[in-house]
Amino acid sequence: MQYHTPASFDEATALAATATGTTRFLAGGTDVLVQMRLDLVTPDVLIDVKKIAGVHDIVREEDGGWRIGIAVTGAEMSEHEGLCRDWPGLVEAMDLVGSTQVQGRATLTGNLCNASPAADSVPAMVAAGVEATVTGPKGSRRVPVEAIPTGPGKTSLARGEMISALHVPARVRGGGDAYLRFIPRTEMDIAVVGCGIDLTVEGETITGARMALGAVAPCVVAVRGAPDALVGTALEDAALAALADLAQAACNPIDDKRGTVGFRTHVAGVLARRVARIAYDRARENQ
Amino acid sequence: MSSIHVTTQVNGDAVEFLCDTRETLLDVLRDRLDLTGAKEGCGTGDCGACSVTVNGRLVCSCLMLGVEAEGKAIETVEGIAKGEDLHPLQRKFIEHAALQCGICTPGILIAARNLLERNPDPTETEVRYWLAGNLCRCTGYDKIVRAVMDAAEEMREAS
Ligand SMILES: Cc1cc2nc3c(=O)[nH]c(=O)nc-3n(C[C@H](O)[C@H](O)[C@H](O)COP(=O)(O)OP(=O)(O)OC[C@H]3O[C@@H](n4cnc5c(N)ncnc54)[C@H](O)[C@@H]3O)c2cc1C
Ligand code: FES
Ligand code: FES
Repeated sequence: MQYHTPASFDEATALAATATGTTRFLAGGTDVLVQMRLDLVTPDVLIDVKKIAGVHDIVREEDGGWRIGIAVTGAEMSEHEGLCRDWPGLVEAMDLVGSTQVQGRATLTGNLCNASPAADSVPAMVAAGVEATVTGPKGSRRVPVEAIPTGPGKTSLARGEMISALHVPARVRGGGDAYLRFIPRTEMDIAVVGCGIDLTVEGETITGARMALGAVAPCVVAVRGAPDALVGTALEDAALAALADLAQAACNPIDDKRGTVGFRTHVAGVLARRVARIAYDRARENQ
Repeated sequence: MSSIHVTTQVNGDAVEFLCDTRETLLDVLRDRLDLTGAKEGCGTGDCGACSVTVNGRLVCSCLMLGVEAEGKAIETVEGIAKGEDLHPLQRKFIEHAALQCGICTPGILIAARNLLERNPDPTETEVRYWLAGNLCRCTGYDKIVRAVMDAAEEMREAS
């Protein structure tokens, strides 16, 4: 196996574009090394992204948003006061990934690009409206994160392309996000359902809503009708019931040892109500 | 096989080694540097028996390549005691009988020390969550948690 440590995105994408055999980028390695160990993926070429300039930084952008470098770990996100203040839901979703040890290595970009249907940070990113810069030999483009995973273990990234940064929007006044997942134990398991939401309010009234579900379909599901259920309400019981119905209708899950289709669908509705309440409280406090 | 030359620091000492690109840091520590404290329980990040710190950050050495250690400072259980003087955590683990077979112990000691460096006064809940990635098949965890709490108290009094 060839192991490369490019110092720039140009060098990294050029390596990826010309590599022969199975090629992987290496961020925290908490998926890549497990897949190597289990003989699921045996790379011929491994491109370690951690020596590229700037990839370990969380930077405030001019518009008030945050640029998260592709090698920033979950632990570094949880320790970042500004990001925690603006996007507690996104941070809590990433913080659910693995143990303290895994948090010391795992990245948001790796969680997205591994393209697991159950990836915890991805519904939270979709709810927050996070975008990715995709960089390849022909230049860069910016896409919403939901455009990246296309199926279990598959992404829309072309040969030679990689993600070079993630962009979290500026937190508006009266905004708040939240993420919850259901697992059969309290720590260290894979989501049976995950649900992320971002709400904006004026006074008690909801003015904007974005919700996404994980682990209930081959890819993250954006629940497009969430604003119809919530905007103009003060999250009364009827609004919560409408939101739960939408969440359940958006499910297209599988049966497996962690949960049946019926159970997953039910839990999606329960989590939708719970995250909405948490985000609503956070949004009202943030006015 | 493509061997790479790596320069790193382990428990404060400068160390150089040659390793294959596929070898994990755990393989290197155990098989090339003769530091067999870190154990392989699973090899896939689930058990924490291989825990070490890299530049002060707790990680599973089975989930990191040896070649990634270039230029880093690594600490393993072998560096916890000062000569013959056991670390308070080590003494408290013996006092509280917080180990039986001992396979999980090196990883738990490293993880617990890392916690106490960041938070000298953790609650029991914080200790349990911090150590959730360290599995123990023998003790049932209670004695481990008590030993960590007790060591934390002693270290606070001493400082
Ligand atoms: C014990 C354990 C528990 C876990 N628990 C959870 C959990 O609860 N929830 C969860 O969602 N996940 C969990 N995971 C999975 C994993 O930790 C996460 O998916 C993590 O976020 C992956 O990040 P990484 O930086 O380690 O990725 P890596 O392993 O480095 O990379 C993952 C994939 O992304 C690709 N990639 C990385 N960077 C880029 C880039 N810049 N551009 C393009 N492609 C890129 C890699 O080539 C690879 O295919 C767990 C893993 C372990 C070992
Ligand atoms: S051997 Fe590394 S976590 Fe189990
Ligand atoms: S003492 Fe045996 S695994 Fe913990």
